[in-house]
Amino acid sequence: MTALPTRSLEAWRYTDLRPLDAMSFAEAPAASVPGDLPDIGVPRLVFVNGRFDAAASSALMFAHGFATVTEESDLPLALINAQHAQDGLTLEIPAGVDAGVVLLVSYANGGALHPRHRVSLGAGATLTLLEVIKGEGVYWHNPVTDIVLAQGARLAHYRLQNESREAFHLATIRVGAAADAAYESFTAVMGAKLSRAEFHVELSGAKAYTHLNAAQLLGDSQHGDFTSVVRHRAPDCSSRQTVKSVLSDAARGVFQGRIEVDRMAQKTDGYQMSQALLLSPTAEMDIKPELQIFADDVKCSHGATIGALDEEQVFYLRSRGIPEDTARAMLICAFLTEALEPVTHAGAHALFEAAIETWWTGK
Amino acid sequence: MSTTVETRDTVEALSVEKYKYGFTTEIAMEEFPKGLNEEIVRLISAKKGEPDWLLAWRLKAFALWQKLEEPHWARVEHPPIAYDELYYYAAPAAPTPKSLDEVNPALLNMYEKLGIPLNERAALAGVAVDAVFDSVSVATTFRETLAKSGVIFCPISEAVREHPELVHKYLGSVVPYGDNYFAALNSAVFSDGSFVYIPKGVRCPMELSTYFRINARNTGQFERTLIIAEEGASVSYLEGCTAPMRDENQLHAAVVELVAMDEAKIKYSTVQNWYPGDADGKGGIYNFVTKRGACRGRNSKISWTQVETGSAITWKYPSCILQGDGSVGEFYSVAMTHNHQQADTGTKMIHIGKNTTSTIISKGISAGHSNNTYRGLVKIMPNASGARNYTQCDSLLIGDQCGAHTVPYIESRNASAKVEHEATTSKIAEDQLFYCRSRGLSEEDAVGLIVNGFCKDVLKELPMEFAVEAQKLLAVSLEGSVG
Repeated sequence: MTALPTRSLEAWRYTDLRPLDAMSFAEAPAASVPGDLPDIGVPRLVFVNGRFDAAASSALMFAHGFATVTEESDLPLALINAQHAQDGLTLEIPAGVDAGVVLLVSYANGGALHPRHRVSLGAGATLTLLEVIKGEGVYWHNPVTDIVLAQGARLAHYRLQNESREAFHLATIRVGAAADAAYESFTAVMGAKLSRAEFHVELSGAKAYTHLNAAQLLGDSQHGDFTSVVRHRAPDCSSRQTVKSVLSDAARGVFQGRIEVDRMAQKTDGYQMSQALLLSPTAEMDIKPELQIFADDVKCSHGATIGALDEEQVFYLRSRGIPEDTARAMLICAFLTEALEPVTHAGAHALFEAAIETWWTGK
Repeated sequence: MSTTVETRDTVEALSVEKYKYGFTTEIAMEEFPKGLNEEIVRLISAKKGEPDWLLAWRLKAFALWQKLEEPHWARVEHPPIAYDELYYYAAPAAPTPKSLDEVNPALLNMYEKLGIPLNERAALAGVAVDAVFDSVSVATTFRETLAKSGVIFCPISEAVREHPELVHKYLGSVVPYGDNYFAALNSAVFSDGSFVYIPKGVRCPMELSTYFRINARNTGQFERTLIIAEEGASVSYLEGCTAPMRDENQLHAAVVELVAMDEAKIKYSTVQNWYPGDADGKGGIYNFVTKRGACRGRNSKISWTQVETGSAITWKYPSCILQGDGSVGEFYSVAMTHNHQQADTGTKMIHIGKNTTSTIISKGISAGHSNNTYRGLVKIMPNASGARNYTQCDSLLIGDQCGAHTVPYIESRNASAKVEHEATTSKIAEDQLFYCRSRGLSEEDAVGLIVNGFCKDVLKELPMEFAVEAQKLLAVSLEGSVG
């Protein structure tokens, strides 16, 4: 097996995989579908311990299945995934088709699982893909998702990562967007003992667009890492990113976001904002926003802030008769709102809001 | 022709012939054999008549350096440096001058040409200068005036002899000999530099300045500067540098250490104008410098201001360790690269004490085929309650063959700390250029004006004499017809 990356690699300086390395995982066992899978009244595809469960899934009118994997990158986790991948979703939406909303549920309860998902949208096709990731017990989930968007295609991709608090979650999501294509994404990071979501979005056609948002809500001694690389490879592309982190107890949040602009990507418009709230004295946030720019006619900026909840705002709400806990919850919800912007589907929006609510009350 | 194209052409039309400090001075030199080994380290130490502890320290550093690997994380590219082909010690052959009158007139002439008056009568009022030529300090002005108020300002080799207890106590206390590859090299072979000691409660009566000049061929310059400000003391220190135009690359690996005790203030300003190489990227200085200040005392303050226009490669991160409660760190930087220059520069602000504050303002300008990187770290330690940081990094691109990069690291481990960072990258706005031109300004003047405006937040932090020089430097590098 390819070795796990270590902190001596610049891309991994804030995330230490030694706790994962110290464990040994067998291949994930077969498991039965739990009773409480989410359902928002749309076609649903279910993976249990990394394997497709046809019985729990709705029939889809589009091609789905699994093909063997060849890995061309040198990303260690994608290589490990390629060496072990045995199943995964292959979803191909033909040109011009509006495929509506598809719910992808991943459930795990043991072992190591390396699913390889592929989603491709033909020219002008649209799809909303909502991923709900959950589980119980100790396991290692190492999914790789490759997304190809043809000209003018539009994918809205929402991920609710709510793994078991004892699990490891290391996801790699790669997106290639042709001219005029749009990739709009929101990831909520709430589960896992140690997690990383690594996005590579390549805007390779003129006027391609991406909105790559995330919210990390972490407590206990959770470690959450959101890493993204947005490559502007063609002129007139734009990217928007808002990443919000709320950290309590001894949680540690990481955001690494790089915007790369190639020589020929003139008229690039790139914007990135990352903000973190530290709710306890032992929480930690590490941010590394990076700009790498080789074209001159561009507009790129990033901002980053780290701080505590503003006590004056809490006081203001309390002076209006709102209990302290509610006041804090309101302020945190408000803080997160901007990150949820790409989630336009009402059902998905409600799902995320409920998850945030549960997170707060469970604290 | 669009204004952008014109701007680019104007900038490209400028050649490095504009580097007016590129002359060499013919003077009898004493050089040690080239190459680096323990023998050379011992020779340098013996030449300086150093005590045993310092030789031992140098040897420890040398032993460590041999084991270390040259760092490659910075965004700079260069052929391997042949450390064995360099001369590690070069000095004017004449015996050390006792006073200015004994200094070789050729040297005085050279500094005159550089605009650094060593003659005290003609000197710019209120600035004391220590001039370092290749490996040694050749003259220090106004020493008596300074001595009256208790300020020590002398070459560090002299401080080792005259004030060994101070040097022993502080040397390597901010930048240990094993800090990094180039600091280890410097610790082993440093030959001179400036030493400043401001006693308790003294406000240094004049600006202090060091002027570094590399003259000899194939030499590396390894100076070491140590500035100590005792409780309540304050000092403003300026540093300037030039080198002749040569086709081969020369190495400059300096270490600067600052120590500020309770309520002390140190302001350290640099105008770095080492020879940048020619238009094809041939020659120029490799500037690998470690600069760090320790705010050890309560409410102490260290402020770094730098204007970096020279050097083929700049690798430099002036940093502040904010240890004392309420201490303040500042970093103001303009880095301008042109032709094939490469700059990877920034700062580190390590917040350890309570209510510590830091401000970072960095302006990068890239033109030609150059690459300009801001790399910085803001670290808030768990005990730094109430810490505050504000960072702003702006980059300006002139031409479509250059690169501008921003790599900030922000690490916060204290909930009551507030950290803010913003960065932008853009080109000179067409409407700003158009506005200036419609008022009758030429293309070059307009670009110069806009660039100066872009850098204003930093330039205003420089002492007056330097601000003028820095503005001129930017003008020379950019405006062409004006310079």
